[in-house]
Amino acid sequence: MNEIILNISNIDMEFPTPKGPFTALKEVDLKVQKGEFVSLIGHSGCGKSTVLNIVAGLHQATRGGVVLNGKEVSSPGPERAVVFQNHSLLPWLTAYENVELAVKQVFKKTKSKAEIKEWIEHNLQLVHMDHALHKRPDELSGGMKQRVGIARALSMQPEVLLMDEPFGALDALTRAHMQETLMEIHNELKNTVIMITHDVDEAVLLSDRIVMMTNGPAAKIGEILDVKLERPRNRISLAETPEYSKLRHAVLSFLYEKQRKIETIPSRTQDESEKKQLADKVAAA
Amino acid sequence: MSSTLIHKLGNNTDIPTSVIAFVTNAFQQVVIPILGIFVFLVLWSFAAKNIETSLGNFPGPGEVWKQFGGLYSEHITEREKEEAFYQRQEERNAKKLAKNPDYIAKKRKYTGKETFLDQIITSLITVMSGFFLAAIIAIPLGIAIGLSKTLNTAVNPIIQIFKPVSPLAWLPLVTMVVSALYVSADPIVPKSFINSMITVTLCCLWPMVINTSVGVASINKDLVNVSRVLKLPPLSHIRKIVIPASIPMIFTGMRLSLGIAWMVLIAAEMLAQNPGLGKFVWDEFQNGSSNSLGRIMAAVLVIGFVGFLLDRAMLQVQRFISWDKESATR
Repeated sequence: MNEIILNISNIDMEFPTPKGPFTALKEVDLKVQKGEFVSLIGHSGCGKSTVLNIVAGLHQATRGGVVLNGKEVSSPGPERAVVFQNHSLLPWLTAYENVELAVKQVFKKTKSKAEIKEWIEHNLQLVHMDHALHKRPDELSGGMKQRVGIARALSMQPEVLLMDEPFGALDALTRAHMQETLMEIHNELKNTVIMITHDVDEAVLLSDRIVMMTNGPAAKIGEILDVKLERPRNRISLAETPEYSKLRHAVLSFLYEKQRKIETIPSRTQDESEKKQLADKVAAA
Repeated sequence: MSSTLIHKLGNNTDIPTSVIAFVTNAFQQVVIPILGIFVFLVLWSFAAKNIETSLGNFPGPGEVWKQFGGLYSEHITEREKEEAFYQRQEERNAKKLAKNPDYIAKKRKYTGKETFLDQIITSLITVMSGFFLAAIIAIPLGIAIGLSKTLNTAVNPIIQIFKPVSPLAWLPLVTMVVSALYVSADPIVPKSFINSMITVTLCCLWPMVINTSVGVASINKDLVNVSRVLKLPPLSHIRKIVIPASIPMIFTGMRLSLGIAWMVLIAAEMLAQNPGLGKFVWDEFQNGSSNSLGRIMAAVLVIGFVGFLLDRAMLQVQRFISWDKESATR
């Protein structure tokens, strides 16, 4: 259980802009154990998604790197399956076919036709979508689409499951339902999961560790909170325990006291400071 | 007591809302268009009476209707003549064969004049050939341009320059090139057909290329990321993600192109003398009989109607193939 499977090693990320490079991430360093459920939380624009995209291989870090199972990550691959925020199902395929595309790509050589069919159905069962195998995404509700998206990611048997705000677009009740399903699956399969979230309760309920990120630019890991609540967890009975409140309070105080986001219009202040600099230069000349 | 009575009476005389909806709908869908056509016919016949040309009055609806009848009966007579010709030929050959068993029967094709219906068919074959040739070139090219920004930057100026060129400018060039390259003692299809077809292709290539490339370039980035995570090889990426995702835009381009193709074809046939509707209009114009204007007007209506049918047919194909049923409703 204590084996380190994923090592995010001192990554920096710079994006080129017309005004010179913009540093999004600075020295982000994180080790994830096998079977661990890690949440990334932070204000929007702090670079959580960038971390996830680098682990997925969709972006390349400017400095530092990601090592999964002793191999450096250089491109995307099914061993790091991603659940995207807006489900990203192919709209012309049914739920079954969407999962099939992934399964056929990953297990074409190792599984027989019958095994493939069984595996697809098994994964859709895991997310409780076996009643709508042959429906297209536009016939499914938002939560159901996201379930199929999770089934697709799980069906690749990823070593790390990456979830980019998977329930962000869902209403509160559906979200609670999805969290239950996710806990069930994690309990059964013991996947390693990295999940981005905005939701403090979601982070505390689901995670083994909560990684809290500071505000950008040059965002880094501010604090890491260990969540030692016993599993399986029940949201109703947990809500009354003092430990749950303490954890919740810790995350909230990080987000709203230590890293309180000062709402400004960044481009404007930047412009103004540049103007000032320019004026200073002119005056100096 | 009295109020309940009124209520009951009211209920009895009520017409079910579904019936009202049906009647309103029928009125809007059927009666109003018919009214529109009627007003148009009245205005047309009124205007026609007041336009005097060197070939007589401008044809009104009645005259055009008469010409339709004439064109159809011409078609029937021509077919009868053809049948009679083949029958005579067969009889003659049979007789010769009876006299001399070694005689090798000569079979000649009937070379009568093309009827109006034949010309419609010729036009349809020409436009579809030109259109499919364009699609075979334009869709793969559009996909390549959509996928590669570099290729797009390289090709875009050329497309923008060629796009607005009229078919009439292409036709002389096409004619000369075809006569230089398509040399055969016994050609399978006449040169005039090739000329018209290639002109159609050149004109309907561009909307298809542009729409396909825009469709491909604007695929949702998440879907592309899904393909990257799955490590789909380039060909299956195109087959499983790119083409289905851009099918609605590809069809928009094809519908635009088919509309242009049909318009271009008439002009091309006039000049290339391909025996289709364009040639029919031109020949009637040169003929200058008292029937000519009526026949041309009949051809105009047929051209419009066939164009409309082509568009509807394309829409049906799109509905059948495309997953995005909403983009195929207009």
